[in-house]
Amino acid sequence: MMDRRSFVKKVLNGTIAGSLYLVWPMGGDSLEIPEEIPGIKGKDYDIHHQEFAFIVDITQCIGCGSCCVADKREYNVPDGNYRTWVERYVKGFSDQIYVDSPHGGLDGYQHPRTDIDEKIRDTFFVPKLCNMCKEAPCVQVCPVGATFISPDGFVLMDEKRCVGCAYCIQACPYSVRFLNPVTKVAEKCTWCYHRVRKGLLPACVEVCPTGARKFGSMKDETSEVYKILKGPGVLTVLRKEMGTFPALYYKGARREVI
Amino acid sequence: MDAAHSSAAMLVSNYVFPNDLHVHWSMMIVLYPYITGLVDGAFIIAALYYLFDVKSLRPVARFSLLFALAFLAIATLPLLLHLGRPERNFNMLLTPSPSSAMAGFGYIYAVSMGVLVFIVLFVYREDLVELRATSKGWLQLLYRAMTFDSIDLSKDALAFDRKIIRFLVGIGIPITVVLHGYVGFIFGGVKANPTWSTPLMPVIFLFSACVSGISAIILAYIVIRKVKGRSIDPDCIKTCIKTLTLFFIMAFTFEMLEVFSHSYLKSGYHHMVEGLLNGPLASSFWLWQVKICSVIPLFVLGVMGIFKIKDAIYNFTAAIVSAILLLQVLIMRWNVVIGGQLMSKSARGYTEFHPEWFDKEGILAVVIVMAIPFIILFVLSKIFPFWTTDNETNVK
Repeated sequence: MMDRRSFVKKVLNGTIAGSLYLVWPMGGDSLEIPEEIPGIKGKDYDIHHQEFAFIVDITQCIGCGSCCVADKREYNVPDGNYRTWVERYVKGFSDQIYVDSPHGGLDGYQHPRTDIDEKIRDTFFVPKLCNMCKEAPCVQVCPVGATFISPDGFVLMDEKRCVGCAYCIQACPYSVRFLNPVTKVAEKCTWCYHRVRKGLLPACVEVCPTGARKFGSMKDETSEVYKILKGPGVLTVLRKEMGTFPALYYKGARREVI
Repeated sequence: MDAAHSSAAMLVSNYVFPNDLHVHWSMMIVLYPYITGLVDGAFIIAALYYLFDVKSLRPVARFSLLFALAFLAIATLPLLLHLGRPERNFNMLLTPSPSSAMAGFGYIYAVSMGVLVFIVLFVYREDLVELRATSKGWLQLLYRAMTFDSIDLSKDALAFDRKIIRFLVGIGIPITVVLHGYVGFIFGGVKANPTWSTPLMPVIFLFSACVSGISAIILAYIVIRKVKGRSIDPDCIKTCIKTLTLFFIMAFTFEMLEVFSHSYLKSGYHHMVEGLLNGPLASSFWLWQVKICSVIPLFVLGVMGIFKIKDAIYNFTAAIVSAILLLQVLIMRWNVVIGGQLMSKSARGYTEFHPEWFDKEGILAVVIVMAIPFIILFVLSKIFPFWTTDNETNVK
């Protein structure tokens, strides 16, 4: 049985020892944050002279769903809502297109579709995320300016200003927005802006095992996205007719992709 | 539908984008344009009397203003119930984004409300002066404020009042048109949604608003007078029905023109619009909105306009046709607001909407919201008499 004095002593010692953890360097700063996007880490971030691009290479996507898992974990996305998702396109010999995305592709596409009663000509996966439109309809319609385009080209949300009217959700031609059932405000993919500002790649890009998701600075001539975008290859954007001028490009997207 | 478009390059496999499964604008956003529409139509009736001197509308002119006021008073309620963060609603007024059509709501609403309140106060100044004389304490203070601290009921003063009323109603018309046309534009301005994205949308909303408001006035006038055992002015009802006929022909024509345009122009995702109207909305659009609630009233209104009908039958028919048209406009709002969202932006499928009972945007909430204006109207009737006694003189 511990007497009162020794109990108080032990609590006091524990408190002092515990508070030392707050001031004692524990070596956390020795962990190097890798420099995934060159030219940002340790440098002044000139927000007005930055430009980024995101390229999705459909020919490389294997539909594993890692990107969706990473995204859900990064943002604690509530079930049934998606900041990013992966679609499976199946094309039959009759030219019929079958598209599905169970749980937004979160579980990966581990089994083929069994409900298609015809010979399959082709199949491919299409990852979807915010298109970061230069003429963003969501920004235009937001009545309180909670959605805005940052000087470095990211369409972002100020969740402290959003009133939750869902007008942006109606206006987005790509349906990448949703009303978070917990916070009751609109939410969307940000291309992991918080990571980019530290020189890190978006979570979905980092985990993609095949490099189907590519992200980088257009100010860096050595970056993969710079080379692809400035190169001769054919790139497309989704729903060009909407006049939204996306900064998200697709490589190898078939005409059936919407 | 698949069969009809089997040759199209893009075929439908009922794929809905994962974020499109949920209908974000539900019944409260159906109610909101319905309520502002009722305000609009009722105001048109009042304007016809006070500005355009349509004398036969005198019996319902005052009532129309109060009716409009009662509904305008709660027009923000469905919006507040809809907002995810209603406590932040003042952000729209304090820090509006000039690029957004929706940001204009607070200002347009405030101006409409202000003008309508002033019209009511000037129209009822005589009654309010009398009430002021017989009241005491804080109630008298209230009446002093409501009469602009003037007890002058001389001929000149009342003539001046009438001038002010004409002026206010004059500016009230464009304001009301903007209030409701703007609601239509909120939908018409969404280019991502092919059923909404048409310049016809504000026009359709405006005409259907007039239809619902005038119908509501006719129905309320007949029902209240019948319940109270008082006579119904046949000239007034006839003028209301004629006005209603005109606005309904316009509304229905534009509603059908929109469908025809989609079908004829075959632009963009027209196959999705066709699939929507012939699929998930086949019953609520073609059967209810068009056949039952538009074609039948159109026929009845035609008969009422062409043939001579006994007053009692005319009044009964007027009440029935008004009730059907009130339903028509509500169904039309449903088909536009909720129907439009059933179509996924994947252009490959349709989602479903099942109304809930006890949600804040549920059926019970809808009933409560729609009951409140009638309570307000009842309270208003204690201060502002609906009908003037001299209305009775020309009543048979």
